[in-house]
Amino acid sequence: MNFDFSDDAKTLSETARRMLTDHAGPDAARRIMESDALYDEALWRQVVDLGLTAARVPEAHGGVGLSPEESCILAEEFGRSLAPVPFLSTLLATEAILLGSEAQQARHLPGIADGSTIACYAWGEGANAPAAMPATRAEGGRLTGTKSPVADALAASLAVVTAAGDGGPSLWLVDLRNAGVTPAATLDLVRKHGTITLGDTPGEPLGTADDYQRFLDRAAVILAFEAIGTASAAMEMAVGYAKDRVAFGQRIGRYQGVKHKCADMYIKLELARAHALYGAWAFSADADELRHAAAAARAASLDAVRFAAEENVQLHGGIGFTWDSNCQFYYRRARQISAALGGRAFWADRLVRALEQRNRAA
Amino acid sequence: MDFNDTPQEAEYRAKVRAWITDAAKDYEGLPETKSQDEYVARQKSWQKKKYDAGYAGLTWPKAFGGQGLGPMNAIIFGQEESKSAAPTGLYSIGLGMCIPTVFTHGPKAAIERFVPRALEGSEIWCQLFSEPIAGSDLAGVRTKAVRDGDDWIITGQKVWTTFAHLSDYGIIVTRTDPSAPKHKGLTMFIVDMRAPGVDARPLKQMSGGADFNEVFFDGVRVPDAWRIGAVGDGWKAGLTTLMNERLAVGGKPRNSPGWRTLMELAKGIDTEQGPAIERMDVRARIADTYINDEGVKLTQMRALSALSQGRTPGAEQSISKVVVAKTMQDMAAFALDLSESAGFAAGEKDSELARLQGAYMWAAGLRIAGGTDEILRNIIAERVLGLPGDLRPDKDTPFNEIVPL
Repeated sequence: MNFDFSDDAKTLSETARRMLTDHAGPDAARRIMESDALYDEALWRQVVDLGLTAARVPEAHGGVGLSPEESCILAEEFGRSLAPVPFLSTLLATEAILLGSEAQQARHLPGIADGSTIACYAWGEGANAPAAMPATRAEGGRLTGTKSPVADALAASLAVVTAAGDGGPSLWLVDLRNAGVTPAATLDLVRKHGTITLGDTPGEPLGTADDYQRFLDRAAVILAFEAIGTASAAMEMAVGYAKDRVAFGQRIGRYQGVKHKCADMYIKLELARAHALYGAWAFSADADELRHAAAAARAASLDAVRFAAEENVQLHGGIGFTWDSNCQFYYRRARQISAALGGRAFWADRLVRALEQRNRAA
Repeated sequence: MDFNDTPQEAEYRAKVRAWITDAAKDYEGLPETKSQDEYVARQKSWQKKKYDAGYAGLTWPKAFGGQGLGPMNAIIFGQEESKSAAPTGLYSIGLGMCIPTVFTHGPKAAIERFVPRALEGSEIWCQLFSEPIAGSDLAGVRTKAVRDGDDWIITGQKVWTTFAHLSDYGIIVTRTDPSAPKHKGLTMFIVDMRAPGVDARPLKQMSGGADFNEVFFDGVRVPDAWRIGAVGDGWKAGLTTLMNERLAVGGKPRNSPGWRTLMELAKGIDTEQGPAIERMDVRARIADTYINDEGVKLTQMRALSALSQGRTPGAEQSISKVVVAKTMQDMAAFALDLSESAGFAAGEKDSELARLQGAYMWAAGLRIAGGTDEILRNIIAERVLGLPGDLRPDKDTPFNEIVPL
């Protein structure tokens, strides 16, 4: 049995972590928050130079051809470091394009591998579009609708768009030169978002209706790892403060009211990690278990990141609520991760649906 | 990643499966017994078979009669054994916790006298640690042992002792020096559970059953040759036992209700808001229960994987019991509420509702046994996350001078 990442994946993540520790983190996030820049261009160059955008691209298309494990483990490192670059957006788009035809891969993946293409993933449509059935319409190869807020839409030239046609929901590729893209303000001030307006905009269908579902599962696993990285960083920040801060003559980490919150962060984090690892296995093995594994990973990781982000502010007390504290980055990012692919209720229900289906099959 | 045995593991699994399938045939179709003697006889016969075939003490050093194998061998054997009709459980405390303490800290003569007989199953053991006044704060035990020539005389009371009424011997933590700080004045002994002055009585739980005992010691004589470790080193010996306990009291109890129980129950209930299984609050609870229980299982798989790869498992296993016990309580309460008055009226014997009611009652104890939720959170915070320990104002004070704050 080997229920863990491969040594190769671990080596890649250590390389990424070293670079991100030096060049990303809360200070880099703050610089981007307080500037008009869409992302940290110098950091993005390093990400590309390190070959991280090429990791999942097949060798035939100018990449390294690594496995889904690498996508997962890298997502955790970018989540941990809050890196203000369009890596996760481009990675999710890459995973979608990998479900497309050989011709589509040949057209779009080389640019992603060499860093000349930034891509995004357009999901959000507000409160009245059901998470599983986009309001954006696809008819005759043309898309009409509004996607907002879309992470990194302003930096991207290519978008993977979820839209519904006569055959149900599916994935579409849209060249953003043909779409209207305007800034969209969100709760996350570091990761810049945009609104994509599609009015009879040409799009290429990407994969089948089944691939749409498969993509949701794969994206859920990757985002679970991002959430786990972000939750770990928030927990480490809280634990570090609890070891340092003194009140009533002792370090506050001695109080059970404080240490038990930290223990609960760890418990939620490890539950999420176990499910996410199972998801990574099912993703890599293309196993039927992916449907419920991904849903559980997504729901558990949302629990972990929300709890860690909230209680990190709480354990810091007043200082944690100030603008200058870094607590806000995790608190705000937890909202972004939650909104990026359907919220907790959607995934909890999808989990139970998958379990019911398995029970019927068994 | 994969969930398969390595070739060596597969080979070992095939070998033990073949042996167990054959050896456990005698127990197939046997009805559950109400007779204590019959229960003990079945357990003894199975342990003896394992001993004779070289499947006892798999991970113990060969010097103590063990097989000197790795943890994966023991895990694989346990997995295969649990699929068979073989009667197991009676030796979990003795061979899992007591005897490893005896051979780690005990004198040579005692090891030679006790270890082989325990391993072949002819003598049954229990662990006498907790007291009414010393549960989570175990180092506060008051049962005293006073030196008398070559013997010690033990007087006091222990509680929550599993199998005490069936046991031949036990390991007991006593206070031998009340003038030393609490962790320093303790000494561990082997005690004969049939000796004059030992009185084991079943302790009825709030759930109605009596799965444990309270044990009274009234001037019980123990030879100094049965001392485990040096005088005053009882805490150190006790930690060896508890380390083994934490490994044992881990996952969800076998056959206890879980997310599937709730799902099945909800299918059969109509509520004012429609069929229960379609209600979002019900589905969310099924999801929560799945996430916690399966998350613990997957976490244990991570530990198994580490062992299989020859590495030390990470600290993540420390979350198991604290998650499982509260999840069971929450799920059972939710399911009973969903059943309205039927969840309150005593369920028919062997019905799903009766099992849920049983689980609800049992969960209250599970949250305490083998480390309370609170102690386990302290352990995670202090040992895993490195937070400072609670202030312990009595730590360095002579035990008999401690004044509560």
